[in-house]
Amino acid sequence: METKLLEVKNLKTHFNTERGRVTAVDGVFFTVHAGETVGVVGESGCGKSVTAESILRLLDEKSTEYEGEILYKGKNLLTSTINEMQAVRGNDISMIFQDPMSSLNPVYTVGNQIVESIMLHQNVNKKEAYEKAIEMLRLTGIPSPEKRIHEYPHELSGGMRQRVMIAMALSCQPKLLIADEPTTALDVTTQSQILDLINELKVKFNMGTVMITHDLGVVAEVCTKVVVMYLGQVIEESDVRSLFSSPYHPYTDGLLKSIPQLTGDRSKKLHVIEGKVPTLHQVPKGCRFAPRCAFANEKCHDEMPELVQADTSRKVRCWHYKEIFQAGEESPYVSAADSY
Amino acid sequence: MKGYILKRLLSLIPVLFVVAVVVFLIIHITPGDPASVMLGPEASPREVAELREELGLNLPLYQQFTSWLAGVVQGDFGWSIFMNEPVLQSFFSHLGPTLSLAIFAQLLAVMLAIPFGVIAAKRRGTIIDQTFMGGSLIGISVPSFLLGLLLILLFAVQLRWLPVAGYKPLNAGFFLHIRYLILPAIALGAMQAALIARMTRSSMLDILNANYIKTARSKGLREKIIIYKHALRNAFIPILTVIGQTFGTLVAGAAVVETVFNIPGIGQLIVNSVERRDFAVIQGTILLVAISYVLINLVVDLLYGVIDPRVRLNRK
Ligand SMILES: Nc1ncnc2c1ncn2[C@@H]1O[C@H](COP(=O)(O)OP(=O)(O)OP(=O)(O)O)[C@@H](O)[C@H]1O
Ligand code: SF4
Ligand SMILES: [Mg+2]
Repeated sequence: METKLLEVKNLKTHFNTERGRVTAVDGVFFTVHAGETVGVVGESGCGKSVTAESILRLLDEKSTEYEGEILYKGKNLLTSTINEMQAVRGNDISMIFQDPMSSLNPVYTVGNQIVESIMLHQNVNKKEAYEKAIEMLRLTGIPSPEKRIHEYPHELSGGMRQRVMIAMALSCQPKLLIADEPTTALDVTTQSQILDLINELKVKFNMGTVMITHDLGVVAEVCTKVVVMYLGQVIEESDVRSLFSSPYHPYTDGLLKSIPQLTGDRSKKLHVIEGKVPTLHQVPKGCRFAPRCAFANEKCHDEMPELVQADTSRKVRCWHYKEIFQAGEESPYVSAADSY
Repeated sequence: MKGYILKRLLSLIPVLFVVAVVVFLIIHITPGDPASVMLGPEASPREVAELREELGLNLPLYQQFTSWLAGVVQGDFGWSIFMNEPVLQSFFSHLGPTLSLAIFAQLLAVMLAIPFGVIAAKRRGTIIDQTFMGGSLIGISVPSFLLGLLLILLFAVQLRWLPVAGYKPLNAGFFLHIRYLILPAIALGAMQAALIARMTRSSMLDILNANYIKTARSKGLREKIIIYKHALRNAFIPILTVIGQTFGTLVAGAAVVETVFNIPGIGQLIVNSVERRDFAVIQGTILLVAISYVLINLVVDLLYGVIDPRVRLNRK
């Protein structure tokens, strides 16, 4: 089952704004295979949504420039025509967005919006499309879907709306699903229901999934592979298990230490990564994490490290990961942890 | 829904009462005696005094007002001393041209302004956008009488494509009717069109950034469908507000345009009646215009519910 579904190679996304050109995504790499869930994590503003929207080229193309390659089944989406993109969107690759409250059009019924997708990509009549839409709503666990389908978004709760979004995204059985923080705007119980639902449907349809989140708990729960982003770049890529047990990149380490522990000593103060994320207008010229990194030396400040293969299943973007990691073997990240 | 309409209609009563008071006061406080105007400069003071008595102009102001209002409530808007017919009859005999002109101008404005506004929004920042928006500024700032005169000069006098002035009723033939209305409708609708185009543009720019537009795009919909199905219907809510609000300006502008183009409509009726000091007609007509204005606004409000389901729900 080693079919590469999506391959993102050195993606860069530049915006031409009134205040000059900013590069929100500057070196993103990852690969998604069929049936696999890849997590993309990082702090707010690190470029997760821009990455996701670049894949489907949803950003305003007048002010956006892309570089690199986004290969879907070997075809570069960045050089596809707009018609080819329209055939891929919603049909081969679907997307679920961060905020279910504003992602549905308020003036059309949910049925209208799902049916629109189905009729666009499938050769069915309106009646069949409605039946299919009801079936999809039922699949997402919406009670009495034949009634709900005639309702407007404002008549549904946030969780229900996200289910509608899922039903809509999956209505054409896409090969790849991009979920951009699909649960952040929801309450905790709804969050886990929605995650379970996505997981369940992913297995059912054997979809590849990109799960964007800032929550490492979500990654641990649903992902097989994870990509960590910092300030527009992928700084580490790894299988989930190795990442949690032995992170290579100092930033990943800090991120893991900042997860609240449910077990063990809870009186221990939560770890906080010192310093602030620089804005896109003042990106450091060397390693982007250098101003906040306890291991940074001159080289780090001057030269940007590339994302390199660290071992068979892992990549990292750090000049000193080997030394740091080896030193840490005996007492992981003592120096880093002590300095905080 | 019925309850809502009834409630709205009842709430109009105080508004219309205030309009009635203001109109009445303005007319009766401004100098100029209708009796002497009617009888002409040669009339003797005695004749004038007799006519004043007959018209009830010697009664205290509040008595004149209450007797007028009592009539209005019963559907009697007074009697035109000049035309010697009920005010209501003069009103309706002049309504046709104004209605035709206003509807035509409004339609022209909406049908031009919305596509222009949409295109400007889609092409924002480009030469096209700047040209349209510059044009709309001209549309807002050039007064309708001046525009009317320029149009006459160019299309009627120079090019001889269209009649200089005048009016042909609908029953003289649809095309003839429209031919006479084209220039006045452009003169009257230009400002309306400019305002609607600007609102369409800014409202579309807002909506095109909405998340549900991104959703629509992520489904693979064509740009045309995204704009005309998903964006425009949402953008239409503030556009409708502008249409409703500027309808008053349109009615006021109609008076000017009717004078320029010599169209026998309500505007001309009011202007002529002011010259003739035909109090009953002025008061009655302005009140009737006010009534139609508020009724149109009610219709606009009801249209919100048609466009936006959220409004519908709140009114249940
Ligand atoms: N259209 C745009 N023009 C200019 N800058 C943009 C644009 N869209 C996003 N950005 C910038 O790109 C950066 C990355 O934004 P992005 O939305 O991808 O963050 P994110 O990782 O999804 O964060 P969050 O967790 O808050 O959703 C931010 O600094 C943002 O300000
Ligand atoms: S390259 Fe240097 S600054 Fe960057 S993460 Fe590695 S050690 Fe820290
Ligand atoms: Mg985001």
